[in-house]
Amino acid sequence: MLRMIAKRMVLIIPNLIGVVIVTFLLTRALPGDPAAYFAGPAADKQAIEQIRVKLGLDKPLIVQFGRYVNDLVHGDLGNSLSTGQPVVTEIKNRLPASAELTLFGLILSMVIAVPLGILAAVKQGSWIDHTCRVVATAGVSLPVFFTGLLLVYVFYFELGWSPAPLGRLDAFATAPAQITGFYLIDSVLTGKLETFRASLSQLLLPGFTLGIFSLAPIARMTRASMLAVLASEFVRTARASGLDNRTVIITYAFRNAMLPVITTLGMVFSFLLGANVLVEKVFAWPGIGSYAVEALITSDFAPVQGFVLTMAVLYVVLNLIIDILYGVIDPRVRLDG
Amino acid sequence: MKRRDFLKSASAVAATSAIAAPAVFSPAKAQSRAETLLIVSESGPNNLDIHGVGTNVPGYEVSWNCYDRLISHEMKTVDGKAYYDKDKFKPELAEDMNVGDMSATFKLKKNAKFQDGTPVTAKDVKWSLDRAVTVGGFPTFQMAAGSLTKPEQFVVVDDNTFRVDFARKDRLTIPDLAVVVPCVINSELVKKNATEKDPWGLEYTKQNTAGSGAYKVASWVAGTEVVLERNDAWVGGPLPKVKKIIWRIVPSSGNRRALLERGDADISYDLPNKDFVELKSAGKLNIISTPYSNGIQYIGMNVKNPPFDNLKVRQAVAYAIPYQKIMDAVLFGLAKPMFGAPADAATQVAWPQPHKFNIDIAKAKALLAEAGYPNGFETTISFDLGFAGVNEPLCVLVQESLGQIGIKCTINKIPGANWRTELNKKVLPLYTNVFSGWLDYPEYFFIWCYHGKNSIFNTMSYQSKTTDGFIDGAVTAAATGDKANYEKDVKGFVDTAYADMPRIPLYQPYVNVATQKNISGYQYWFHRRLDYRTLVKG
Repeated sequence: MLRMIAKRMVLIIPNLIGVVIVTFLLTRALPGDPAAYFAGPAADKQAIEQIRVKLGLDKPLIVQFGRYVNDLVHGDLGNSLSTGQPVVTEIKNRLPASAELTLFGLILSMVIAVPLGILAAVKQGSWIDHTCRVVATAGVSLPVFFTGLLLVYVFYFELGWSPAPLGRLDAFATAPAQITGFYLIDSVLTGKLETFRASLSQLLLPGFTLGIFSLAPIARMTRASMLAVLASEFVRTARASGLDNRTVIITYAFRNAMLPVITTLGMVFSFLLGANVLVEKVFAWPGIGSYAVEALITSDFAPVQGFVLTMAVLYVVLNLIIDILYGVIDPRVRLDG
Repeated sequence: MKRRDFLKSASAVAATSAIAAPAVFSPAKAQSRAETLLIVSESGPNNLDIHGVGTNVPGYEVSWNCYDRLISHEMKTVDGKAYYDKDKFKPELAEDMNVGDMSATFKLKKNAKFQDGTPVTAKDVKWSLDRAVTVGGFPTFQMAAGSLTKPEQFVVVDDNTFRVDFARKDRLTIPDLAVVVPCVINSELVKKNATEKDPWGLEYTKQNTAGSGAYKVASWVAGTEVVLERNDAWVGGPLPKVKKIIWRIVPSSGNRRALLERGDADISYDLPNKDFVELKSAGKLNIISTPYSNGIQYIGMNVKNPPFDNLKVRQAVAYAIPYQKIMDAVLFGLAKPMFGAPADAATQVAWPQPHKFNIDIAKAKALLAEAGYPNGFETTISFDLGFAGVNEPLCVLVQESLGQIGIKCTINKIPGANWRTELNKKVLPLYTNVFSGWLDYPEYFFIWCYHGKNSIFNTMSYQSKTTDGFIDGAVTAAATGDKANYEKDVKGFVDTAYADMPRIPLYQPYVNVATQKNISGYQYWFHRRLDYRTLVKG
């Protein structure tokens, strides 16, 4: 197992080098001029040139790249111009926010979608199967910003059940001491139940928004994979041996149907992490997606590069975890990679 | 730490917080809510120091409230609203200002202290102004607009006396000392945190406020929140009523509106015009709309290249803009029209003032035919996507209307980051843009936008010896106090600009602020950001 992980790690390196070069070139190829943008509305040509020199953008591309790589080796991803903070700090602060939201949404969605998928497969053609289809289709076809705004409108504006969509915490609450960066966990660790309640209530609406969106792939994949397994011979054997329905479905069928579901979960997670920009915008969530988009709009190179790099690393790690999970779930999967 | 100790301390933490928990609902908390303002806006600062590299506009708001200037402006009432008085100055850090022929002397308030307790001295003032004219970029540029360019102009007379020597007679010098840039910084504190690479300590002041102002930044999470606390030792003016400001960044305008309507947020000031109009008619909130001082949204034309080098073409365009439709359908009436003045209206000694064009398709067609384009021509109209909410519908209306006289426009949307670069190339044939100046003087606007020295705001590349003569004349007349010549010259350049029509003013945009009914004390400032110091809750 360790050998497999080490081997995979070595393979990551050329990938990352490629990512570094491509993102560097891509960001420079963007049409905007950061010097003109950050010189402010009242700057003349001379002021813009002064800014350009300060940002090091007057140097040839290869020198800029050398400097970038050198900083990277020292763990410095540069400074974001639009928020004024080091990119490393920003990502460190924002990644947990996005991860917490995404995980929460994913768990919500799993709790609904997996049983729904199993039931739909077991009772194929029944009303529950149709419900599953309708829910999944509706969830995936509603754009997230729409679902988000709708939920805010109903639960915050009209009913007043949900707190104001002001990000991770109410404006008058204080954040828990940073341990993991996940407010739910940190508030429990530090025993601040009030904070836990506050951050959970902030998390519910955006969590459901993401959850509704990711229902479809999970439910449909569970259903399809369950159908295939249920039709297989070992399930027929199990049934013929007189095992009760519950054992057949949960122990025999579902465990075997889990592999593609896990793959889907991994994909959905990494997809959501980068793609929940709109949810972050709607709920003023200080996440990494909205940060990256903001940076892209203002031609702020450093955060864009940092974001892509972080995402690349995250994808690689996630894939590794999924591969390891495969081995745990199905011993037949060989771990040599 | 041993496991047992850990458990002990963990349970101790749990116990204290369990005791503290009910306090959340205690009157003390409600009291602090009453003394706290929650402001929501679309974007936040990227730097707490206006001298920083590329500090954005929200950053100016922090600087304005956390630092003092030598002088500031008095307030006056315009249309029932508090509006800064550009002609009247009041002391802020200075207790007394003495303007001589070629210099101004300031006596500093003796009890003025920085937020860390060190007294404010003339040395700090000099260091701060030296910094503003030296760091380059926007602050240096803004100082130069008032003929403040060299550190030698700033003289320490003694600990409490400071003198500014004028480089030349310029009536913008004193007003330029009251803008956001010449703020007074705690020089010793910043010098302690400066490095060889960063002699002015810009990295330190980017993250920390080091002023003597009414508020200090207690915490700042970029892109999320700024929390400011009142400086109880402030001597720059009467002690502000609001103890704490929480400024949250809420990117979705729909949610900002919901927060206001539900009563959770106290103030928001960048909602779409449509929302403001609806909120106004609903009547649950205070909506304050004030025209931008010295600011105009206009249609610009590149006069260097055909077809817009032809005066008749420009006039035809000016007769084919659907002005009123833009006012109604794009701005929902929240702007001050800059068109359609009566034909016999006399030119005012004021700026902005409306021109006499209005939509007249037949006249436009005739002018276009006279210009030699009876069948029109093709061109592109460009706008800044960063302000798409107004620009996009505006350009669509202009496109449709110009289509009626045969000018076929393709709409060219330019992303915000790219807009200034494209505009600076001065090749866009037709575009819409806004210019507004901090210093509210007609000649200030015209130096930037119409003068033949071709600054970047002369986006049309307009060149006219007549206009230049009037502008230079007005600047000289203003410096020497020659009222008669000043009035003649201002009328002269306004008339020439409206005769040559290189750019077509559309309207003066409004700054719209929505507050809860229990909030009062909003003041309009030239920088168009909030001044927390006069806000009152309840």
